[in-house]
Amino acid sequence: MVPLSWYLILSAILFCLGVLGFLLKRNIITIFMSIELMLNAVNLTFVAFARYWQQDQNHQLALSGQIFVFFVMVVAAAEAAVGLAIIIAIFRTRETLNVDRVNLLKL
Amino acid sequence: MIHQILFIVFGLICVAGAINLLAQRHPINSALSLVVVMSSLALIYLLLGAEFVAAIQVIVYAGAIMVLFVFVIMLLNAGAEERTRGSHIALLVGVPGVIVLASVIGWTLINSGHEFGKVTISATNFGDTHNIAGLLFKNFLLPFELTSVLILIAIMGAVVLGRRSG
Repeated sequence: MVPLSWYLILSAILFCLGVLGFLLKRNIITIFMSIELMLNAVNLTFVAFARYWQQDQNHQLALSGQIFVFFVMVVAAAEAAVGLAIIIAIFRTRETLNVDRVNLLKL
Repeated sequence: MIHQILFIVFGLICVAGAINLLAQRHPINSALSLVVVMSSLALIYLLLGAEFVAAIQVIVYAGAIMVLFVFVIMLLNAGAEERTRGSHIALLVGVPGVIVLASVIGWTLINSGHEFGKVTISATNFGDTHNIAGLLFKNFLLPFELTSVLILIAIMGAVVLGRRSG
């Protein structure tokens, strides 16, 4: 028996660490990984609430939380593919991964 | 009792991996810490009875997406992070904002979290592939089809962006 709030607190900790990484890290790949960390934190909230409502009411639609996790993963995979392609394109022209040296959108 | 012990162990591994992601200066070390976070999150999903989500967490996140990250890190020969100042707005507004956000969420959950009740481990087939597929292919058929279009666009975008122009 674990209180639901423990799961939510863990999720909040992971999300805040992701935001901190996004703000503080200077490597563009690490910033990207912080975004993935935030998405994972949100997924944990979805799964925890799905479990909670399922055992509370035993409603079939409680599984929708897990379907949302599925969609978040699809979006994360698409985002990783496009984002890493953009990172490679930036690295070709700038020869750097530091975001402070990448201040123009122009390739 | 065993549920609480397992949750605390894997939750601590998760948080430690996330902190290590921030502390490391080399991107490959951050990527491996993120694999640790995602694998222990998969075990937490198993505690929540979400077997299918745990499996695709390992296969898609810790497998496919992180392999993509590690591959790009090795391809670009990314070295240790340079220490530059960064933007002042991020330090002056962002970091206190995150601290305020964390305190508000933590305070709210600790004070009124008991209204939520508890989550148990029990032998149900709640999150297995059969139930997920039934919901995904009946109630969520249109969003599911739209994701295939999204993935197709993402593939084309990655090819166009990755192509050596000129």
